[in-house]
Amino acid sequence: MIYREAGQFKSNYAADMAVFPLRQDRIGIFVIILLAYSMAYFGSTFMLQAVLIPFLIFALAAIGLNMLVGYTGLLSLGTGAFMGVGAYACYKLMTIFPGVNVIVWIFVSGFFAAGIGVIFGLPSLRIKGFYLAVATLAAQFFLQWTFNRVPWLYNYNVSGAIEAPRRTLFDVHIVGAAATPQARYIVVLTIVILLTWIASNIVHGRIGRQWMAIRDMDIAAELMGIRPFKAKLMAFAVSSYYCGVAGAMMVFLWYGGAEYNVFNIEQSFLILFMVIIGGLGSLIGSFFGAALIFMLPIAMGAFLPAIFAPLGIRVGAETIEHLRFMILGAMIIFFLIVEPHGLARLWQIVKQKLRVWPFPY
Amino acid sequence: MSVNPTSAEIAEKAATKTVSETVEPQGARAFEPPAQEPAPPRLFEEVLLAVDNVSLRFGGVTALAEVSFDIRKGEIRAIIGPNGAGKTSMLNCINGFYHPSEGKITFRGEARRKMRPYEAASGGIARTFQNVALFKGMSTLDNIMAGRSLKMKANLFWQMLRFGPAMREEVEHRRVVEDIIDFLQIQAIRKTPVGKLPYGLQKRVELGRALAMEPDLLLLDEPMAGMNLEEKEDMSRFILDVNNHFGTTIALIEHDMGVVMDLSDRVVVLDYGRKIADGTPHEVKRDQKVIDAYLGVPH
Repeated sequence: MIYREAGQFKSNYAADMAVFPLRQDRIGIFVIILLAYSMAYFGSTFMLQAVLIPFLIFALAAIGLNMLVGYTGLLSLGTGAFMGVGAYACYKLMTIFPGVNVIVWIFVSGFFAAGIGVIFGLPSLRIKGFYLAVATLAAQFFLQWTFNRVPWLYNYNVSGAIEAPRRTLFDVHIVGAAATPQARYIVVLTIVILLTWIASNIVHGRIGRQWMAIRDMDIAAELMGIRPFKAKLMAFAVSSYYCGVAGAMMVFLWYGGAEYNVFNIEQSFLILFMVIIGGLGSLIGSFFGAALIFMLPIAMGAFLPAIFAPLGIRVGAETIEHLRFMILGAMIIFFLIVEPHGLARLWQIVKQKLRVWPFPY
Repeated sequence: MSVNPTSAEIAEKAATKTVSETVEPQGARAFEPPAQEPAPPRLFEEVLLAVDNVSLRFGGVTALAEVSFDIRKGEIRAIIGPNGAGKTSMLNCINGFYHPSEGKITFRGEARRKMRPYEAASGGIARTFQNVALFKGMSTLDNIMAGRSLKMKANLFWQMLRFGPAMREEVEHRRVVEDIIDFLQIQAIRKTPVGKLPYGLQKRVELGRALAMEPDLLLLDEPMAGMNLEEKEDMSRFILDVNNHFGTTIALIEHDMGVVMDLSDRVVVLDYGRKIADGTPHEVKRDQKVIDAYLGVPH
């Protein structure tokens, strides 16, 4: 199976406009999804709980932010807060209506985040770039304050934290202490695949083109009859929806409980870094970015002590944590200078090379 | 105003020279006259857009002062003038980027004062820019498809699924876009990001994007700036074809007098924000005020 498009002819426009026009890509994505599901049976509990579940959740948040920053060109630093809105909305809904399935509430909680996102997206109609980033910072601080200071949001819990109640899907525990990582992993994976598919449909369609038009040349876009007002607020809504769902999943399908400071500005920055390193304006880049940032410390924790131990150098957990920040910072500078389109662009180049291999072009 | 015979002579010479040097587009209009002779004017009755006493001021600077002219349905109308005469400001007023300080603009019989650019777009006014304003990160195809945005109606639900009405709509508009791509002969660069294209092709894609809107009035801001002779010929051909095949009314700003005189049915001349002449290319060419504006007046 060589990665080659020779002999694959498109006889209609629908086939030409498919998201994966190459047969090899279609087979590849099918195999990857199959492998991902099989990890539920082959992966260890540590692998699922500490690596794959957070990777998928962060990838979803990164997709959400990427639609805003990468596709529409609106810089936002409120991601963490929008995730928080999703999480708290889901918590309230779950506790007020315990009879309804939790999956429904995870999806519905995204709409609350979308609504809040639209409100904080209103400044984007007048300001751009760094100024908008500062305006979204207001969302970050205000919402985080709200999570802490409005006890109704955490049901007057004395600890101030929200805790996942026990919930089932088809009689299998997926939320709460009794849920196994395997069950939660399958739920997370399914939600992420579904939402990624929808995101890909949106960015390849009219709405995606409008977003990119606004990003590349807003004056010309307005002249094409694209209303900046609608397109930008739509971007904020969709982006915040994704972040909200990711936040709800983070608390109820990964942590099992959370306090207000989980949704702090560091979370926002972390997701922004994922988007930048992964590739602005690329969905697959969001996965790459999440994988790199999330798996780097785990990989370092596994390999560095083993490498340095024979040399008599002890590498502790705190050293790895410091190294992680240093490497992350260096990588962000590197990518901003050398490859602003991030890992996704490198992936593109590799695919292009493979396509003509063994010839140079 | 004293008439300087030398300047008039130079002007006459320049005019005849450019006309004879410009290669005539072949077969655009059946009644294309030989060069030198004034073209028998095509007659247009219905006024599509009327500019009535429009003034535009930025603080103390007057960009436009009491300019009035009309654009009739089906014609090619040129707006010319020396640098800084207010030509682009005029286009910006027409499609809603600027709002005239005084006066009114009537489009299809409806007077309007304040209008956002997207409203002008939905009213049927499309435009290209002096410096190319394409969506650089998108392919040629996506750029032209973006021009169809106004005509696409599928709602968010179907777009999320990329199925049913949304996909039908995509295919339907892709077909129209492919027609435009064929018309402009840019099939080979269909999937190339426009940022990578040479300047001449970018201008062509921009024209395609404006055409995708199926406008009633197409505003072209220096469509041939910075092009070589061949590219200018191609572009002139496209402009004439658009006018002939689709019956699109065109208003263009251009500095190449040969092109202006050959393409346009009527010319309006601006200088320092004022209208100094209006008429057929033949009339305008001989207008003393125009000659003075372009070549200067001795003091």
